[in-house]
Amino acid sequence: MRPGLLRDIADLTFEHLTLVVVAMLIAIAIGLPLGVLLTRRTGWRRPVLGAANILQTIPSLALFGFLIPIPLIGGIGPRTAIVALVIYALLPILRNTLAGILGVDAAVRESAVAMGMTGLQILRQVELPLAARTILAGIRVATVTTVGTATIAAAIGGGGLGVFIFRGVASVDTVQILAGAVPAACIALISDGGLGWIERKLSA
Amino acid sequence: MLRFENVTYRVDGHEILKDLSFDLAPGRALVLLGRSGSGKTTALKMVNALLLPSSGQVLVEGRATTAWNPIELRRRIGYVIQETGLFPHFTIARNVGLVPRLNGWPEDKIEARVNELLVRVGLPPEEYAHRYPRQLSGGQRQRVGVARALAADPPMLLFDEPFGALDPVTRHEIRREFTALARDLGKTILFVTHSVREALELGDHIGVLAGGRLEELLPAADFPSALSAEARAFHACLRDD
Repeated sequence: MRPGLLRDIADLTFEHLTLVVVAMLIAIAIGLPLGVLLTRRTGWRRPVLGAANILQTIPSLALFGFLIPIPLIGGIGPRTAIVALVIYALLPILRNTLAGILGVDAAVRESAVAMGMTGLQILRQVELPLAARTILAGIRVATVTTVGTATIAAAIGGGGLGVFIFRGVASVDTVQILAGAVPAACIALISDGGLGWIERKLSA
Repeated sequence: MLRFENVTYRVDGHEILKDLSFDLAPGRALVLLGRSGSGKTTALKMVNALLLPSSGQVLVEGRATTAWNPIELRRRIGYVIQETGLFPHFTIARNVGLVPRLNGWPEDKIEARVNELLVRVGLPPEEYAHRYPRQLSGGQRQRVGVARALAADPPMLLFDEPFGALDPVTRHEIRREFTALARDLGKTILFVTHSVREALELGDHIGVLAGGRLEELLPAADFPSALSAEARAFHACLRDD
């Protein structure tokens, strides 16, 4: 093991976590309201979900590449990487928000309306609490995927644990590859376990 | 109190209600009796503006439902449905206190009101207030539904086959209790059912709906001598009901 490797692992793990957390916060900030909006606008569901689906099918390395020449959001560096990660995280959040809210018992919703609750009161006091578990499941799936996909950010200068992996592949250095892959796997497992625990708490 | 004036309701060119007109005086109970698909639930939903007439108008306290602020209108009308629609993530106390809380009552007054109502519907608060709907039987949930509808002391109550899903014994008990309760409280009641026995037991007047049309409207006492074919058909099955 070369000197300073542990220090590098710590730095890149921090970069990696930053990419994931920032991307997830943005994806939730977009996906959750958009998902709620889709429950209100039946006609928008197919086009919006269709678009999110298509974006999801673009191979991740290609998506990172496509974004580079685009002004403002593109270029080389973490910003472009975050944009790509947000695009990938969007679909599960969007889909589960929609499914969670549409899954609320029709009689419960009708009662809420008939009791004289406003649309916002119904959303905050009835729909979101009852859909919380499904929405969180979407966030969990998106987070775990993002931890993995973020390793590709290194290909466009986005940093993170992918730096080790790409370097290791280029120099056929197993230790380098593991230095990137093992911490990434740990982050994925820990976030999956943590969010899963919250999910179970919500259903209790 | 409540007046339907030539109310017609159409969905996709299909008439669910046809030229429906009737009056309901304050403190009286009108039962709309009809088969599935007769339009009785649709008529009920016109009262609290869950649905609005395609033509004609529904007047509540002299004002058309289209002229009311729907939020304000709904908080003045209690609503009880077969599926109860209790919020599964709210305790019984929070479910019952829903409308008073929406109306901004102080917490101590809400708590006092909730306890009073739970006692009235036969669910001792010390035992039930902190439970969740899933921990109650069907009959108990329906009692909570009635308590919730009464919470803000609305002048009018709407019932949509509230006892339809209960076993016969429970149904009989609860029906008897709530008829007495509603009369005590002097509420104006619109009740929808397909049970002729329920209609006779609860209604001052009975309106028979068929195919979206009001076939006959008559005092409950005169129901045995009803003339319309639909009313006679209902009367004929009284024994099996």
